[in-house]
Amino acid sequence: MAHPLRGTTAAVGIGLSDCGIVPDHTQYDHMAQALHRALADSGLKKSDIDGVFCVAMNGDIPILLTCEYLGLKPKVMESSMTGGSSFVHFMQWAALALEAGLCENALILFGSDLRSGAGKLIIPDHPWEIMYKPRNPPVSYALAAARHMHEYGTTREQMAEVAVAARGWAQKNPAALMQDDLSIDDVLNARMLVDPLGIFDCCLVTDGGGAVIMTKSDRAKDFPNPPAFLLGVAAEHSHASIAQMNDLTVTAAARSGPRAFEMAGLKPSDVDVLELYDAFTINTIMFLEDLGYCAKGEGGAFVENGAIAPGGTLPVNTNGGGLSCVHPGMYGIFLIIEAIEQLRGQAGKRQVDGAEIALVQGNGGTFSSEVTALLGTEAVL
Amino acid sequence: MTKEAPNDQANLGPDAEFHRRLSGGEFCLQKCQDCGSHIFFPRSICPDCGSDKLEWVSASGAGTVYSTSVIRQKPERGGDYNFALIELAEGPRMISRVENILPGDVAIDMKVMARINTDEERPYVVFDPADGET
Repeated sequence: MAHPLRGTTAAVGIGLSDCGIVPDHTQYDHMAQALHRALADSGLKKSDIDGVFCVAMNGDIPILLTCEYLGLKPKVMESSMTGGSSFVHFMQWAALALEAGLCENALILFGSDLRSGAGKLIIPDHPWEIMYKPRNPPVSYALAAARHMHEYGTTREQMAEVAVAARGWAQKNPAALMQDDLSIDDVLNARMLVDPLGIFDCCLVTDGGGAVIMTKSDRAKDFPNPPAFLLGVAAEHSHASIAQMNDLTVTAAARSGPRAFEMAGLKPSDVDVLELYDAFTINTIMFLEDLGYCAKGEGGAFVENGAIAPGGTLPVNTNGGGLSCVHPGMYGIFLIIEAIEQLRGQAGKRQVDGAEIALVQGNGGTFSSEVTALLGTEAVL
Repeated sequence: MTKEAPNDQANLGPDAEFHRRLSGGEFCLQKCQDCGSHIFFPRSICPDCGSDKLEWVSASGAGTVYSTSVIRQKPERGGDYNFALIELAEGPRMISRVENILPGDVAIDMKVMARINTDEERPYVVFDPADGET
């Protein structure tokens, strides 16, 4: 029997703010622009939004400021912070709220001025790390990468393949920030940040925002754009400090992935396009392993020879990813929006032909929170 | 009449007790009296079995580098430094730094020994390469 949440809700509106380097705009300006565009995309009015699911990089209780700025008075407000995975996580809570009739049109929203505004990503250091002057999040991912290299022989060249593939997709996406050519040698010869990660192994720091509107599937067919149905979603927690991660080479996606596939009644080979939270190049490699695309330890070999680049065997991070498209501190909303553009057939030069099923892997903290979602077109409902 | 706050050392929270002992020159871990797990960082219940029967035991200080990184920093800001994840002989892992070796020469599986760094306001545990490791 199908899971009671399988396919019962759908995303019917999406909007991106002007992303990249956008001086003199606050995080709320990005949210407003993204919402305005998502409303236009969906044909809904602002007054139709009665559920808001939102977290932000700055501000004390940002969801209150967000709803104040936008003039929203939602019946449902949700602001659970699990890091960059929050927005994929919100799809689960929005689906439950819609199913229960608590709201009719749920808005998932993010905006950030991380690049031009507040400046740096300020994550309070873990109390048992602070005396060692961590540079988080990169150094925690560096520890995972070093361990993966030690246990499985993964190489910096293989990690560089991930960055080069992302750049290849970005060059097909006019909205992506990074458009210059990037070679394996460029990645290897770049300045080191935290060994074994160089600057091109690390995601961008940009401004930007995004909005996704979800509603119940029985209403979803009345909207101007094809709905993207939520087929499966599952969240898993592992740790806060990387010191408490059981095995640095296995993320909680190894648990969230199978649960999301089970809810959706799908298997990894059914997926046409993958959007994996690539905060660092090692993420993509470990998520491909943990989600069942190759055996543990074989992710490095899997991505060789342009396998996940345009023209490769598996389309991954088709907007250019956090590495080459956009990453305003938290990236989860952008994974969802790219998946939906692909399922709608609206992804322009980077369109994956006939994409019917998309996988979204949200990641929060330092491999701390993992949320997997599977989205599909009406054909696979 | 208000109830007096406990102020004897037996009632220190686990964090405060760990630091009291460390300030006295002793690096301690908690050990669960029910399941036998050693615990770091200090807590009020065992993260494995949930028991609140935790006792303090001296750490052997012996550890193995589980993973390591070099945080790159300009020389004028103090230069590169090591950032490592150490697996203690008792089982738990802790973030620390391996000293008295070039930061990039710290290697996974290297044996290390704990030392209490007292150079700063609050003491904390760092590691040195164990005898025989270079």
